[in-house]
Amino acid sequence: MERNQLRRQAAYMRKALFDQGDLDDQFIQLEDLQDEANPTFVEEVVNLFYSDSARFIENIELIMHNGPSDFEKLDNIMHQFKGSSSSIGAKKVKKECTQFQECCKAGNFEGCKKALKEVKQEHAALRRKLESYLQVFQILYKKLGHIKRVRS
Amino acid sequence: MAMGDLGGDCSSIDAQELHVLAVDDSVVDRKVIERLLKISCCKVTAVESGRRALQYLGLDGERSSVEFDGLKVNLIMTDYSMPGMTGFELLKRIKGSSKLREIPVVIMSSENILTRIDRCLEEGAEEFLVKPVKLSDVKRLTDFILRGDDNSQKKGSRKRKTRDGSCSPTPPSVTSSPSTLQLPSKSISPRPLSKHPKMQITD
Repeated sequence: MERNQLRRQAAYMRKALFDQGDLDDQFIQLEDLQDEANPTFVEEVVNLFYSDSARFIENIELIMHNGPSDFEKLDNIMHQFKGSSSSIGAKKVKKECTQFQECCKAGNFEGCKKALKEVKQEHAALRRKLESYLQVFQILYKKLGHIKRVRS
Repeated sequence: MAMGDLGGDCSSIDAQELHVLAVDDSVVDRKVIERLLKISCCKVTAVESGRRALQYLGLDGERSSVEFDGLKVNLIMTDYSMPGMTGFELLKRIKGSSKLREIPVVIMSSENILTRIDRCLEEGAEEFLVKPVKLSDVKRLTDFILRGDDNSQKKGSRKRKTRDGSCSPTPPSVTSSPSTLQLPSKSISPRPLSKHPKMQITD
């Protein structure tokens, strides 16, 4: 049945996010906060995360555009980005944020550039996978009624 | 966990709902903490800065010191690292105010730094939570606050449970010393709450 197929697909996608290290336990904490009265809570939080990320990345790139300068400011912004990542369970993104911060503390501008690239890559990958999963999840939700998550 | 409305549990609480003021510059974290608190049957006011928090509490120096902007606040949960006024500075302002010092203040931080934790507790924070904050953290906290309110004897003194579980008012000079804190093992050790076994959640 289409329903079972969808369920399997959603479960597979969700499991991959965890197995591949994109998400950690904090994401499950968010899933647990979803209920019939708040069925899109996870999606809403994740969307806030995306708009935050865009802003942080933009600000960081602006500062870095003119070459090595205010490492403290860069570190502060990345600290905030890392906080948001942590709050949604974005494990790999969080790791790359830490790497960037290490480079800031060492005053290593080239390192920062590389690390920022990694942050953006991991963020894009997470967004792609997560959006796909949540899309399928929402379709399933409409068919099945309330579920917090799909287990395989 | 029941699949129905998570807020359904609120009907079983006879006592008045706690009103919590949440302070965090992160919009993601405000959304999450707000949800955690609502599930724990609290009324929530979420603001983005220490300055806004002080304004809400009627302590920004521009208003009469008697009026509150809104409902009485039973608990303040604030992020530590915020631009402008840090959570620590906010804590100091609150504890330095005769009007507000009785309100328990909880600090939340993504950084598990012992000196930071100690400093906050010494300044009068009720608890220091390492982020990301979980539902179990909030539930434990609100349970504690509710019990404290029930047992409150004398206004104007810090409510502290003694080790035998009874709650007696003690003069501020005694309670300000860290050794008399009643949640020492939970507040000071790193990430204590994550050591609890996770519940198996089934759909």
